Amino acid sequence: MIVAADPLLSGHVGLVVFLIVLGKAVVTLGICLIATMLMIWFERKVISDLQNRIGPNRAGPFGILQTLADGLKVILKEDLVPEKSDRWVFRLAPILTMIPAFITFGMIPIGGDFTDGNGGVVHMFGHDTLLQLANPDAGVLVILAMSSIAVYGVMLAGWSSGSKYPLLGSVRASAQMVSYEAALGLGVLAVVLVGSNDAGISSLTTNSIVSAQMPWGWNLWVTGLVPFVIFILAATAELNRPPFDLVEAEQELVGSFQTEYSGFRFAIFYLAEFLNAITMGAIVVTLFLGGPGGPVLFGPGWMWGFVWFFLKLVAVLYAFVWTRASVPRVRYDQLMDLGWKVLIPLGVGWMLLLVGIRVGADAGWNPVVTVAVAAVVMVACYGLLRLAGATSRRLAAEALDAPEGVID
Amino acid sequence: MTIAEHEADHDLAALTDEGAQEMSPRALAGGVEVLREVGSVLRMSESDAMLDAPDDSETSIINMGPQHPSTHGVLRLMLELDGETVLRTKPVIGYLHTGMEKTGEQLTYVQGGTNVTRMDYASPLFSEAAFCLATEALLGLEVPPRAQWIRMLMHELNRLTSHFLFLGTNGMDLGSTSMMIYGWREREEGLRILEMITGLRMNHNFIRVGGTAADLPDGWQERLSTYLDAIPARLEEYEVLMTDQPIWRERLQGVGDITTEEAIALGATGPILRSTGYAWDLRRQMPYFAYDQVDFDVIVGSYGDCFDRYAIRLNEIRESVRILRQCLEHMPAGDYRIQDKKVTPPPRARIDESMEALIHHFKIFTEGFKVPEGEAYAAVESPRGELGCYIVSDGSGTPYRMHIRGPSFVNLQVLPHLLRGGTIADAVAVISSVDPIMGEVDR
Repeated sequence: MIVAADPLLSGHVGLVVFLIVLGKAVVTLGICLIATMLMIWFERKVISDLQNRIGPNRAGPFGILQTLADGLKVILKEDLVPEKSDRWVFRLAPILTMIPAFITFGMIPIGGDFTDGNGGVVHMFGHDTLLQLANPDAGVLVILAMSSIAVYGVMLAGWSSGSKYPLLGSVRASAQMVSYEAALGLGVLAVVLVGSNDAGISSLTTNSIVSAQMPWGWNLWVTGLVPFVIFILAATAELNRPPFDLVEAEQELVGSFQTEYSGFRFAIFYLAEFLNAITMGAIVVTLFLGGPGGPVLFGPGWMWGFVWFFLKLVAVLYAFVWTRASVPRVRYDQLMDLGWKVLIPLGVGWMLLLVGIRVGADAGWNPVVTVAVAAVVMVACYGLLRLAGATSRRLAAEALDAPEGVID
Repeated sequence: MTIAEHEADHDLAALTDEGAQEMSPRALAGGVEVLREVGSVLRMSESDAMLDAPDDSETSIINMGPQHPSTHGVLRLMLELDGETVLRTKPVIGYLHTGMEKTGEQLTYVQGGTNVTRMDYASPLFSEAAFCLATEALLGLEVPPRAQWIRMLMHELNRLTSHFLFLGTNGMDLGSTSMMIYGWREREEGLRILEMITGLRMNHNFIRVGGTAADLPDGWQERLSTYLDAIPARLEEYEVLMTDQPIWRERLQGVGDITTEEAIALGATGPILRSTGYAWDLRRQMPYFAYDQVDFDVIVGSYGDCFDRYAIRLNEIRESVRILRQCLEHMPAGDYRIQDKKVTPPPRARIDESMEALIHHFKIFTEGFKVPEGEAYAAVESPRGELGCYIVSDGSGTPYRMHIRGPSFVNLQVLPHLLRGGTIADAVAVISSVDPIMGEVDR
């Protein structure tokens, strides 16, 4: 049942409840659209500051309406569908990138009173409810599924364009995003492992993940920081943000999957990219930074949920923008190396360590010995992995230097 | 199949008196040529590339440029790809060809500077200097020391702006957008000083036959020393942002490497040749201007890869700053051009009082001056390598033939060798590290 965990729907579902749900849907959509607009402005403004530039400052106060102006312009542009493209898929692709971001955002607790074991429940119009559009039992699994579907948008866009650069980008997209999906999943798994309630049962719902972190048991340190780093790196790659923006890589592939898109279809890709950044930032906040939870300084508790959520989200997004301004882009093979040879082994190792500690705690093992054994095993595995990597590199280099076919 | 049959087959439109300009298939090439290109040059005509590849082919042809954002203008590369790995490359040039060398035959030696300055638009003062040095060699002129030092100062200032441009574009090509803005910022400051001295930000036409167009303006010392004081701290910033950055090193080290023998065989000069560890710098090997009187180091690399070429340019900025400081200190007094009435125009004030000055002024700017019959080659070390000018004079007021040996043009030859075996991302890094200026390639 997709909406089961919300107390709003546990009782009688009447008109008021229906209107509340409808209102939440409208508000979530509105937040998504406005936040995207502000995110584009925020990114441009912050990156200008970091680069000694002024950035947008014409449209509206501090140029805050720049995105709106650009959007209006882009709607009026000619909408071109290339001759060689697969028309139907070509039109479908932008929608496939946009929708999952919206759906994911609907599952993020963006506010609510998480103090005193309230579990994020607020009271409005005579009903108890959560400040999130949906709270499905599958929770984070749905989020992972949505981020997988978003890959299809990029992949199909490149494939259906009927042109070489987009195709190269499409190939990169499928490989990159599928690989990092695994690392992303391992980061989430660590969160689910540690996030059990008092009864010792882990839940996948976003609401209970946030509740389990209250008041200061943020997964950032409860999981031991490593899953957070893995998740952030994988999320950056999943979002195609620098330094992992190989799928777009304007300097290499001329924008790749976006190359053949124009007008509003291009704008959808552009907006989806920023909306995805916001959604991913919100997921990071939810999974690792305690979501909307935080101390209530004064006034009603539900208000502070919004404030803390917003502050944490801005901090994460600022980190994304800061990274973009500071680092060059990695190469494709380096990216795959990082994913398969560093992040995934580390994620698996760390997950086993967490499992070991939990099982050890239940079985009454000596925690120091448990950790020491785990560390030795991990180092040994890492050594083996390095050896395998070095061997394969040497063989590849030999294959490239092989004399046959060099002079024909 | 003979070459003639091949030409008939392919209906080459571009037949000149030197034969077809398109490369013939490798089967028709001589042994030395094939050995030199070691399998990295793609010999494929446009019409062959247009055909759809057979379904079972493992490679594909992709066109990079002329509208690609990372080919530094209108360079076009036909890349043979296996997945994302580049196998063979065919550089295609000519998209910016405006016939400047031919135009040079119509212009007098006075006007020639305006023409050549437009070739390498990132470092215009170097082509001016090469042209003037060749003309002066034909005329047998001895340029006064102050003019030499001003020219040297202008060269080093221009080298700074050109290398800052490289650092900016190199950063941009590798996805470091901040570096682009930083490189641009420093270049702008340099251009402002150039503008203060010459009146223009580019296409200066400041170095003239017999000296320079004008003396240095008042207050140039303060302006220049403020700029020079700011640079070392900025370079430290770059070191933090790029040199010490692991991603940056991973992207550049070992990418696009070349040996000294290959570089010399292909005629590469400048940072490409120096990156292989061969200390060839015309400022040191064949000193012109006053380079034998200043103290500076020739920067060399050791691996011949993209990182060496980046590091060489970064450190050449430091050396240029050193030379500029010495210019500030030792700038001699005296004339900024020779007092030869036939070559240099009289000062404006003299025209009002002297009929002879008026006549000279009129003659120089209408028909120029006659240059004795003969030929001369003069070369300077531009930021990209050896920039030479070869002039043949038939004794008239215009060159019979003017040829520029552009370093970008010659350096482009090494591209296929640097690209082979790398990925598309490496190709971008390599093109950037060769730093071609298409205006000078196509002329």
